[in-house]
Amino acid sequence: MIDSFPNYEALHCPLPLLHNERIVMGHGSGGRMSYELISKVFFPSFNSPTLKTGDDAGLITLPNSVGDSYSKLAVSTDSHVVTPLFFPGGDIGRLAICGTVNDVSMLGATPLYMTAGFVLEEGLDIDTLCKVVESMHEAAKEANVQIIAGDTKVVQNGKADGLYINTTGIGIIPGGINISGTRAQPGDVVILSGTIGDHGIAVLAARGELKFETQIKSDVSPLNGLVATMLEATKAIHVLRDPTRGGLATSLNEIALQSHVGIMIQEEKIPIKPAVEAACEMLGFDALYVANEGKLIAIVEEHQADKLLDRMKAHPLGADSEIIGTVIEQPDTHVMLKTTFGTTRMIDMISGEMLPRIC
Amino acid sequence: MCLAVPGKIVEIYEINGLLMGKIDFGGVVREVCLTFVPEAKVGDYTIIHVGFALNLIDEKEAMETLTLLDEISNQGEIE
Amino acid sequence: MKYLAEFRNSKLVSGVIDEITRTVSQPWVIMEICGGQTHSIMKYGLDQLLPDNIELVHGPGCPVCVTSLEMIDRALAIASQPEVIFTSYGDMLRVPGSQGDLFSVRASGKDVRVVYSVLDAVKIAQDNPSKLVVFFAIGFETTAPANAMSVLQAQKLGLDNFCLLVSHVRVPPAMNLILGSPSNRVQGFLAAGHVCTVMGYWEYVPIAQKYKVPIVVTGFEPVDILQGILLTIRELEHKSNDVKNAYSRVVNYRGNKPAQNIIEQVFIECDQKWRGIGNIPGSGWRLKPAFVKYNAEDRFHVEEIKPTESPLCISGQILQGLVKPINCPAFANQCSPEHPLGATMVSSEGACAAYYRYGRSK
Repeated sequence: MIDSFPNYEALHCPLPLLHNERIVMGHGSGGRMSYELISKVFFPSFNSPTLKTGDDAGLITLPNSVGDSYSKLAVSTDSHVVTPLFFPGGDIGRLAICGTVNDVSMLGATPLYMTAGFVLEEGLDIDTLCKVVESMHEAAKEANVQIIAGDTKVVQNGKADGLYINTTGIGIIPGGINISGTRAQPGDVVILSGTIGDHGIAVLAARGELKFETQIKSDVSPLNGLVATMLEATKAIHVLRDPTRGGLATSLNEIALQSHVGIMIQEEKIPIKPAVEAACEMLGFDALYVANEGKLIAIVEEHQADKLLDRMKAHPLGADSEIIGTVIEQPDTHVMLKTTFGTTRMIDMISGEMLPRIC
Repeated sequence: MCLAVPGKIVEIYEINGLLMGKIDFGGVVREVCLTFVPEAKVGDYTIIHVGFALNLIDEKEAMETLTLLDEISNQGEIE
Repeated sequence: MKYLAEFRNSKLVSGVIDEITRTVSQPWVIMEICGGQTHSIMKYGLDQLLPDNIELVHGPGCPVCVTSLEMIDRALAIASQPEVIFTSYGDMLRVPGSQGDLFSVRASGKDVRVVYSVLDAVKIAQDNPSKLVVFFAIGFETTAPANAMSVLQAQKLGLDNFCLLVSHVRVPPAMNLILGSPSNRVQGFLAAGHVCTVMGYWEYVPIAQKYKVPIVVTGFEPVDILQGILLTIRELEHKSNDVKNAYSRVVNYRGNKPAQNIIEQVFIECDQKWRGIGNIPGSGWRLKPAFVKYNAEDRFHVEEIKPTESPLCISGQILQGLVKPINCPAFANQCSPEHPLGATMVSSEGACAAYYRYGRSK
């Protein structure tokens, strides 16, 4: 009788409409509504096999390449529209570099080059722009990437929230690396590289609309160094994913769908800062859905999990890494959470915007 | 109807004639209206719903509840 | 003590579950009438821990989802006016009206803003004197003091550009309706802890006596909810129907007097339509005539839209635990989370929505 996957956000009241006529903010949330938009509007026209894999970056195999080494490239593009432009722990510039570096890294690629396109709002302080560009320079140095092409456009006052940035990144995938969201296998172990929700809560606090103060900083960081050391430790990594918009829950659901598996995670293993937890309690948010910009999920063969965990913990960006769950055989591709009481519940993808609740 | 969260009062003052305060939820601080708990003191814990304190939390009652439930739990272990 | 972790303690949870299991000797049907408690039960999977002969029925305790379709449509119409800044608690943005929701109104270029506290909406009115700020004042008794306070503040500040669209609901009349139905199956009630923080629990004593049903004031953390269930089971097993308080750290018999005084100053009881149930006499609050200038329904003469509840929707029966969602002919056909016909599918805490998700993964 019920033959389609339910379309709503986990434990949020009430259930949302799927908007089919106009774009609403929920289409940008990275979850179910974004998925629907992509499937119904974009895929019919942009339907290359590469795009349809659904990974964070597109994989290109160079034609006429000699041997197995360095014949595959990863390419990713991302647009950054964050408000406010500057927030504790980072800014739109740092986000623009790190976000794309990270997407490219999630295919196991070494990021090398980036492009940067700017849409500037008439009236933007040039001093502000200088600070953003300087921050991008610093982030690019940290990530060891070069910005090799760019573009600038100006739009009228009121049309761009100050500044929008698009970055495209290119990286090369070393021979023997085969990492994709389609490769998770039952029995694999799921590792998370650190605390969840830092970025989302930091930006929300900085926005000021909900009027709360906190010391939480965004975790925005380039993860290619961490990924490189992980790949040195073991070749048994099947999936890498950075849980950005939509949070950990959405990324795990994406992987489950891509690989046709289920995933079971343990609530008590998920690292979270007390202040992030407090902010989520106060607003009625679930930290599993709050955005991160400096964390990754690694899905690895079980026999290599401990070795990989140790290597991750030794890196500054992986110090709080934890094994949080396992991949299981599951035809419905559900992501399940085991609570501290031993009960289980389903964790759905985020559907639209996450909003504070009174209910 | 019912999302209300415990927090500690860290500051009390008045704005536009309304009794207000800063509440620490454990690393997150927000201004909240204390008009329904006029007896509140700094250091008290209160339960906050949509930016208003609904009541002070009675520590003694809380301890009694936990002690009672702890005894029930231990009773199970003895049996 | 921080009052959260202590009431989520695994040892206490196991201990209370064991005691419930030892105490219960026959099947019982218990209802909780608070969306926040339903949320907690689902989040922690507490129903999976209870012995099989305790059936938990989820009552119409989510004010967002029981807000009538007419009121939602009225909100959408008001929010669409060009001079309006429409402010609301976050939950209301998703509620579907006859056509669209507040998200779609925002998408069409109108000013719709989420606030955490109603006082933030008052501030928006102060900062935007040329705009009319309307606040969607929904909620049970828990939220009424805050919403009432905003009117008094606006009055004190001399604001002409602030008003409320009020749709308040009250618990006792809903309980009376459920318990008074000839086909009622509910044998024990968990009363909403935060409603009782404001109102006390003296109102439940005559209800418990009239229908011979125990009512236990219950909190929201796992330990609180299980303690509430335990006290209810003890009453039932002893054939007693007292009103008990299992949330004593916050709730007392008379409630919070300053908060009640504010409610009484600003609101007056009225009949209220509940989505999926219909009209319940005396189950709502509206602004007193003295506050007419703060009443959005008086300031806006929006065309009366007459949506009717779907004849297919039987959520009234589901809320009383008479019918299981999977036995409703419309379930997963005409009625689904994207196209909800009634309150129990609108809310992700509602019985129908819960079955749609959890019932399948078992």
